[in-house]
Amino acid sequence: MIKALKDAGISALIALGIFGAMVGLPSVVGEGGKLSLDPQPWTVAIIVAVVFIGRLGMVLWQANRKPRVKAKSAAHSKYTISNVAGPLLLIVAVVLPMAGDRYLIDVGVLVMTYVMLGWGLNIVVGLAGLLDLGYVAFYAVGAYSYALLAQTFGLGFWTCLPLAGLLAAFWGMLLGFPVLRLRGDYLAIVTLAFGEIIRVVLLNWTQLTGGPNGISGIPRPTLFGLKFTLGDGPDTFAGFFHLTPSVTYRVAFLYYVIFGLALLTNWVSSRLRRLPLGRAWEALREDEIACRALGINVTTTKLTAFAIGACFGGFAGAFFATRQAFISPESFTFIESAIVLAVVVLGGLGSQIGVALAAIVMIGGGEVFRDFNEYRMLIFGLALVVVMVVRPRGLVSGRTPSVSLGKGVHIAADMMSQGHG
Amino acid sequence: MAYALQQLINGITLGMIYGLIAVGYTMVYGIIGMINFAHGDVFMIGAFLSLIALTGLGMLGITYVPLALFLTLIFAAGIAALYGWTIERVAYRPLRGSFRLAPLISAIGMSIALQNFAQVAQGARDKNLPELIPGGFKIFEENGFVVQLSWMQIVITVVTVALLGLFTWLVTKTSLGRAMRACEQDMKMTSLLGIDVNRTIGLTFVIGAALAAVAGLLFLLYYGSINFYIGFNAGVKAFTAAVLGGVGSLPGAVIGGLAIGLIEAFWSGYASVEYKDVAAFSVLIVVLIFMPTGLLGRADVEKV
Repeated sequence: MIKALKDAGISALIALGIFGAMVGLPSVVGEGGKLSLDPQPWTVAIIVAVVFIGRLGMVLWQANRKPRVKAKSAAHSKYTISNVAGPLLLIVAVVLPMAGDRYLIDVGVLVMTYVMLGWGLNIVVGLAGLLDLGYVAFYAVGAYSYALLAQTFGLGFWTCLPLAGLLAAFWGMLLGFPVLRLRGDYLAIVTLAFGEIIRVVLLNWTQLTGGPNGISGIPRPTLFGLKFTLGDGPDTFAGFFHLTPSVTYRVAFLYYVIFGLALLTNWVSSRLRRLPLGRAWEALREDEIACRALGINVTTTKLTAFAIGACFGGFAGAFFATRQAFISPESFTFIESAIVLAVVVLGGLGSQIGVALAAIVMIGGGEVFRDFNEYRMLIFGLALVVVMVVRPRGLVSGRTPSVSLGKGVHIAADMMSQGHG
Repeated sequence: MAYALQQLINGITLGMIYGLIAVGYTMVYGIIGMINFAHGDVFMIGAFLSLIALTGLGMLGITYVPLALFLTLIFAAGIAALYGWTIERVAYRPLRGSFRLAPLISAIGMSIALQNFAQVAQGARDKNLPELIPGGFKIFEENGFVVQLSWMQIVITVVTVALLGLFTWLVTKTSLGRAMRACEQDMKMTSLLGIDVNRTIGLTFVIGAALAAVAGLLFLLYYGSINFYIGFNAGVKAFTAAVLGGVGSLPGAVIGGLAIGLIEAFWSGYASVEYKDVAAFSVLIVVLIFMPTGLLGRADVEKV
């Protein structure tokens, strides 16, 4: 008990040191720009007290906790999380817009976008094991490709979508070439640099991209030529089907578009995993030297991973542009890359269902805190740390191998090497 | 000629600040092999702590500049060191021995949290500080263009060189430095030899954070304006510097910092200010294509 008190006391002292100046002495800009300090002793006292009690509780709880018997691994169960949660999530995703709640669908679209981005990045990071911190660059390329093609040549969403994907894939290859020889953190910093270069160029190439003002008035997608505007003419969705015009139709349509794109991503990547190419990716992740020894062409394997991952990023970007009808470089900052990477890692690298779950938890959870505005990202960051510390291998950490001789055995997370880069 | 000299002076000053931050990255990378993404934000916290200390000392009536700066330096470095230690203890230590990406994500989370913490606690507005070390002297004049070397730039250079000297001595000559280098080579073996690995790693973070805080103070004095977002940009540049020099190598970090500083200064002087980041990053990519482990980095020996 005394030890616990001492421990908590030290924690409280550290908290005092950390929060004392930063929280207790906010600098205020007074008249004429003169700085002064505005002491907040009570806030600090409360924080320190909370830390003291929290630490005390934690130490006592840990001391009295009985050692847990490790639960039997789900390896032999027929009902693994992907078997149960997968179809369940799919059903929920299909019926979600039927609820007709505009806000709910909007959140759904947002979550679905991150699910798609997560699955796209999963190809690069989860399967091929190449750490990419600049994925947002391809998202941006996709978005700007669609916006510019639509504005310059008057092309529609469905024409531009494949083009946006192709262009992003091209940029993926372009990034892929210089980084072929790099490993680990060198690779990470180069991809990060690449993302920043794209953003800075978008920000400053004002003639083409509109600079910080971005591009507005990006056309919305149509359903076989039917528009989703609020009129009731024969060329609108509501008019054609003799429905009362409503915004909900458009939002629900957008939802199904991104849902379809996400499913496409998932389908393609899970099919690719069974092709020789996908097997080469996973082999590359586990051991590059062994790959070379077995005659796998490492160059093309890495480049295809970058290109295909980027292609899906481009699709998602084009969708983002058409949904927002406005894009600017502000939407493509590093933080987006970080969030997508966090979705992938939190989901358990390489696990498709895990990525979907992580996106729901993170993005949906972030929406819950929308009202706390300035505390939202603070909580988000801390939550990221806590989740990582509690579940370093992600939410769905075990995996069944893509290919196996005889019966596939579920592999525990610590047996796999993931994301070596 | 005069213009180039001026850019050289500005570039070296900027490079010194990057170098100070880069040392923190490179040390942490060397010892536990992770990118400490929150390091740039510790630099930002250091800048804010300096601002608070300077304002507070001003309110208390301590306005003798050298004394105020000295006290601020001690205060900012001390508290930032506490930040560094706590971050390592809370966010990284539980993940040691876990797979590579876990601490990276944890670090990104910490970086987001620190940034928003500063925003919530100190406000989102830019904070400006009047110039504390004004003046300087003319080196020479050519066709009406005056090459200036300000006192501030001299202070930055002197402080940085002194700290790096102290730090090099620490790493090469003291028992702590030996323990750090031993941990870098083989952590398990080091712990078997009776060295407290956790303590050594904790101290590495403490030193790195203190250096970053000093860089924060210098940044505040040099530019006179800070906000909660400066950590990201400075952090990315400093990490770029560390990688350019070869992660894990201390002289590499300084050389990389100077290189990035000079590239930025010359690019903004002769080409365009807007694209200075693109220039710095492009040089990084080009260097890494030809030297995949940076300028002074050792190539890993791969054992099969």
